[in-house]
Formats: sequence, C-alpha cells, structure tokens
Amino acid sequence: MPNEILSISHLTKQYDAQTVLRDISFDVREGEVIVIVGPSGCGKSTLLRCMNALEDIQSGEIRLRGEPVRRDGSNLAEIRQKIGMVFQSYELFPHLNVLDNILLAPLKVQKRPRKEAEAEALRLLSRVGLADKARSFPRQLSGGQKQRVAIVRALIMHPEVLLFDEVTAALDPEMVREVLDVLLELADQGKTMLIVTHEMQFARAVADKVIFLEDGVIKETGTPAQFFDAPKTERAKEFLRTFSFERKRTNNIAI
Amino acid sequence: MLNWRFIETYLPLYRSAAILTVKIGLAGIALATLIGLICAAVQHFRVPVLRRFVSAYVEISRNTPLLIQLFFIYYGLPKLGLRTDAAICGAAGLAFLGGSYMTEAFRSGLEAVDEVQSESAFSLGLSRSQTLRYVVFPQALSICFPAFTANVIFLLKETSVFSAISLMDLMFTAKDLIGLYYRTTESLFLLVVFYLLILLPVSFAGNLLERRLRHAGFGI
Amino acid sequence: MPDLGFEVLFKGKNLLRLLGGLGIALRISLIAVLLSIVLGVAVGILMTWKNPVSRAITRCYLETVRIMPQLVLLFLVYFGTTRGFGWNLSGELSSVIVFTFWGAAEMGDLVRGALISIPAHQYESAAALGLSRMQTYRHIILPQSARRLIPLSINLATRMIKTTSLVLMIGVVEVLKVAQQIIEANRMSSPNAAFGVYLSVFALYFLACRPISLLAGHLEKRWR
Repeated sequence: MPNEILSISHLTKQYDAQTVLRDISFDVREGEVIVIVGPSGCGKSTLLRCMNALEDIQSGEIRLRGEPVRRDGSNLAEIRQKIGMVFQSYELFPHLNVLDNILLAPLKVQKRPRKEAEAEALRLLSRVGLADKARSFPRQLSGGQKQRVAIVRALIMHPEVLLFDEVTAALDPEMVREVLDVLLELADQGKTMLIVTHEMQFARAVADKVIFLEDGVIKETGTPAQFFDAPKTERAKEFLRTFSFERKRTNNIAI
Repeated sequence: MLNWRFIETYLPLYRSAAILTVKIGLAGIALATLIGLICAAVQHFRVPVLRRFVSAYVEISRNTPLLIQLFFIYYGLPKLGLRTDAAICGAAGLAFLGGSYMTEAFRSGLEAVDEVQSESAFSLGLSRSQTLRYVVFPQALSICFPAFTANVIFLLKETSVFSAISLMDLMFTAKDLIGLYYRTTESLFLLVVFYLLILLPVSFAGNLLERRLRHAGFGI
Repeated sequence: MPDLGFEVLFKGKNLLRLLGGLGIALRISLIAVLLSIVLGVAVGILMTWKNPVSRAITRCYLETVRIMPQLVLLFLVYFGTTRGFGWNLSGELSSVIVFTFWGAAEMGDLVRGALISIPAHQYESAAALGLSRMQTYRHIILPQSARRLIPLSINLATRMIKTTSLVLMIGVVEVLKVAQQIIEANRMSSPNAAFGVYLSVFALYFLACRPISLLAGHLEKRWR
C-alpha cells in the first residue's frame, strides 16, 4: 500500500535471555492514530523506543517509507528527524531556555535559517498556549508546560510520524488534560501518531486503531469501539476490568 | 604588639614567595585540569586498555600524599638520571596529584547527565558529537563546577608543602624568619595574611560563579 | 647494577624503623579521627540549628579550616603557642590538635549533610509520637544518618593519614623523617638510596591508604 509510513514486521527484541517483544508486525498508515495499551512491563515503551532505534532489535525489521530503521544504519540521523518522539520525563535540556530547546535541532541538524525557524517556534508555542514562555527556563515551568514544549520541540522538525511514550504518566492529574488536548488537536490535523498511554478514555477518543500488547506479544488489534466495548480475548477483558471500580458492600468488615 | 617595621622589611620577601607559589600552583592546576579532562574522557567512553592505566593512575595518585610524591620526584628520580629544577618538580607533583581529583570531578559530571537526555537529542536527529557538544558537555560542566573549584582550592592549599623541596615559598619564608630572628608572631601573621590573599578571592569567585550558574538555569 | 636503595632497606633494622615511622603517622591519624568523629557529631548538629549565633560561629569555623592549608595550621599551633602562651607543645601533640580541629569541622559538615538529607517528616512523625529532641536524634535521625556517614568518615581517615606526612615539617620523626635519616646514614655506601627508599615510602603510604579507600568505596556502593 503506498500510504504506509511505518511498517514493522516480525520484530523481536531480547534483553539477555529475556524476550521483551516477540514477532511484532503491524503497519502505520498516513494520518493514522494508533494507541498501544497493555499492562505495565508488557513492552509498549520498548516497542516505541525500537521504532526510533534507541534499542537494538534481534530480528525482524522496521521500515520508514521503505527505508530500514537500524541502530547501525548510516542514515540514522535523517531517519530520526522524520520520527518525532516525546518522552515521559519531558527531557527538556535544562541549560537551554524554551526557545533554544526548540531551535537546537532545526538550527544544528536541519541548518534552517534562524529567522524562519524562530517564527515557526513562536507560532507553535502560541498554538499550545505558551507564547509567553519562550524565554523561560525549563525549571520555571510546570510539568504540563514542559511536556507541551517537548511536543513543540518534536513538531518543529516536521516529522512524518510522532511517537508519544506515556507522556502524561509523570504529570499531576490536573495537568494531564492540557497535554491530552494538544494530542487530540494534532490528531484532528491529520498527524500520524503512535501513542502509548494508560488513559483509557483518551485512548478511545483519539485512536483510529488500538493495539493491545501483553508479555511482548500483540494479543488483540481493533477499532476503539471493538476493543473497548467487545474485547475478543479474555486477557483484554481482564485488563480493561482493572480500570473500572465496583464497591462490594458487606457488613462484616472489621478493622 | 606586632612589630610593624619588621613586617614592612620582610613584606617584599613574602610577596615574591607568594608570587612563586601562585605561579607554580596555577601551572600545576592547568596541567591537572588537562590530565583530568583526558582521563575523564577515557573513562567515560570506556576506551579499552587506556582505561586500566587511568584507573591505576587515579588509585595511586589519590592514595599517596603530595609531599611523598614530591620527595620521590625531586630526590628519588635524579638517581635514575631524571633531574629537573624544583619549580618544575613542584608543578609536576601538583599535576600528578590534581589530575586524579580533576578526573573524578569531570567523570562524575559526565555521569550525572541522564542517558535519556542523550536519547532525546538523538531522537531529534542530533549526531553523537552534536549531542555531546550541545547537550551533554554544557550540563556536565556546570554540574562539576563546584567540585572543580573545590579542587582548585585544595590544590592551592597543597602548594604549602613546596618548601620541602627547597622552593622559597611562603612556608619556607616563614620558617626561615622564625629560625633566624625569632619573630614568630610577625612571621606567622604574614603567612596567614598571604594565604588568605591567595585563597579568599578564589573561594569567593567560586561561590559567586556557582550561584550564577545555578541562576542561569544550569544544573537542575 | 648500581644500588638504588633497596638493599639499604634490608640492612639492619632499617625496614622496621621505617614501619615504626609509619606507625607514628597512623597513631596520630587514629587519635585525631576518633576525636573528630565525636566532636564532629556535635559540630554537625550545631550546624543544623537555626540559631543565627551558632550558625555564624560554625560557618566561620568551617570556612577557616577550608581555606587555611593544614601546614599553616600546624605552624600556627606548633610555633605560635610557644610564642603566644609560652607552652611548649610537642610536634605530635600539635599534630593531634590541628588534625582534630580540621577533622571535627569536616566531619561536622558531613554530619550536617547527612542530617539535612533526612526528610523533615521524619522529625515531624517522631514529634507526633511524643519523642523529645534528644530522643529523636538518638533513636530516629542518627541511626539513619550513620549509613551515609560511615563511608564518608572512612574517606576522611585516608585524607588524615595522607596529611600526616606534613608533620615532618614540625619536627615529628615519622616515616619520611626516618627515610631521610636512613638515606643520610648510608650516603657513602649507597649514594643512590634516595630512589629506593622514597619509592618504598610511597608504596607504604599507598598500602596504608588503599585498603581503607576500597572499604569506603565498597560501603558507599552497598549502602546507597
């Protein structure tokens, strides 16, 4: 299919003797938003890191528009420019202010003229509501603000696909919303995204496709409606049950 | 109580002693910094073979006193035909001692920059050398700055043993004057004053710069 | 092969004398370390008090020790007390005084660091249980600080041992002085003895300090 951006086939990842990902295959098409869910330690973050060649893989391959993504590839820096990534812990550079954080890669990697890159940076910052923070340093920002800056820093590279690795997991509850709203807006603009998250309601709202991963294996794939309303596998049902609460009232509690 | 005439007479002697101390001290510290940068890079990037030499050097240098290192360099090595003048020995000894302290300071600075910082730079398409230059080094330098100034002060203090290899430094001058004229109070007074003159500005500047770096948002 | 001084070491009681000299250096450091630990805990607790007077005093004390070379302090005590108070302190006693003065300040700063690293709610929950200030230190705070402190104070001990080499300069007959005497006495028979003898002194210090540094490094890693 011509509009496939990323294709993962038979990917296997091992740490020493332990297999973390086993025979993972799926495609990401242009404009598609894929949400990867699963219990902690199932390998979702590792899968995302593999796609940016931050991890070695033992077999299988990842292709970005037909080109292999490999840690030892000669075109690695170019490939990585086309794949944007946002980390759970923001990873803004603490010694640079917000604007310099955003401009570092456009100026040093893409060699764009400062004026043009700066104008775009400011435009993107105001789109995420942070126009007044351009000269602030990361330590002066809240977690939610830092994460929005990190998203802008990835966006300015005009990546073909964006990877989000549990971007709200380190945030206070009241800041989760401001970050997820940015992601929803990006989805509406037709950006291609791969999102690892624990926010199930958000996953349902944003996803075109949900991938359920457990023990390093894809257990189920489907549309949000299929996955959340009628999960096919017992494992997925069990996983989804952990997000709902029921209170059993009994009279014999004694503390 | 103090004999000011005596102080006035011998002030120039102390001044030239202090200048000698500072000169040799700075030369030694500059060399130590260079050694430290190289050795820290060797350890951080796990250069094979060289790494072992560096850790052996660090162990030896950190576990022996400067005075003994100087005695060996100044009195021992000439017996093998390696004869150099006292000033060079002083600087060499200080560099040998200080090199290991600087290595540790720079290495821990590099280690303190989280691996994910590099990964996030890679994910933006920065090359390995760009990542080091724009992301890792600036952070590492500001993190290790306090340790670096502490080392500079430590090494300047260590210069006080130079008199043992018959360099006419401040200690030498003080001991000489005590022995010659029994002007103990004045001699010790001048000694303390001159060490304060050397060390207080360094300590003060170090504190100031440290605060500046912190305020600039460095080293969270 | 010309004699580089290694034979001289095995002549008569030379090696034993050298070890005896090291013994004196170690004795000075041991006494000073023990005194420093006891006094340092007191200084460290004092440093954490909010009282501005105790703060100013401990701060001045620490800065003085930080800035003045130990050798200058040795001169001040050894030569200065004779002049100023008419006391005639032996070189060894002067060394113990100076090293303790220095060690108590450094130790105090380490204790302070360990104490403030204990989260405030530890103090609060101890207070909530009705413990007095003394009881809080004794049963809650000090035991937790000890783990962090022990490796650091062992490091201080190595630094003290290394610094004992300075006491030669105020006339204490320690290992380096003995080495000088040996070289001087054998000047005719082996003129190159300085190499071997000083190398041996170098090695002796290394052998004395290295196991202690290793122990400190090991404990630091294990207790982190």
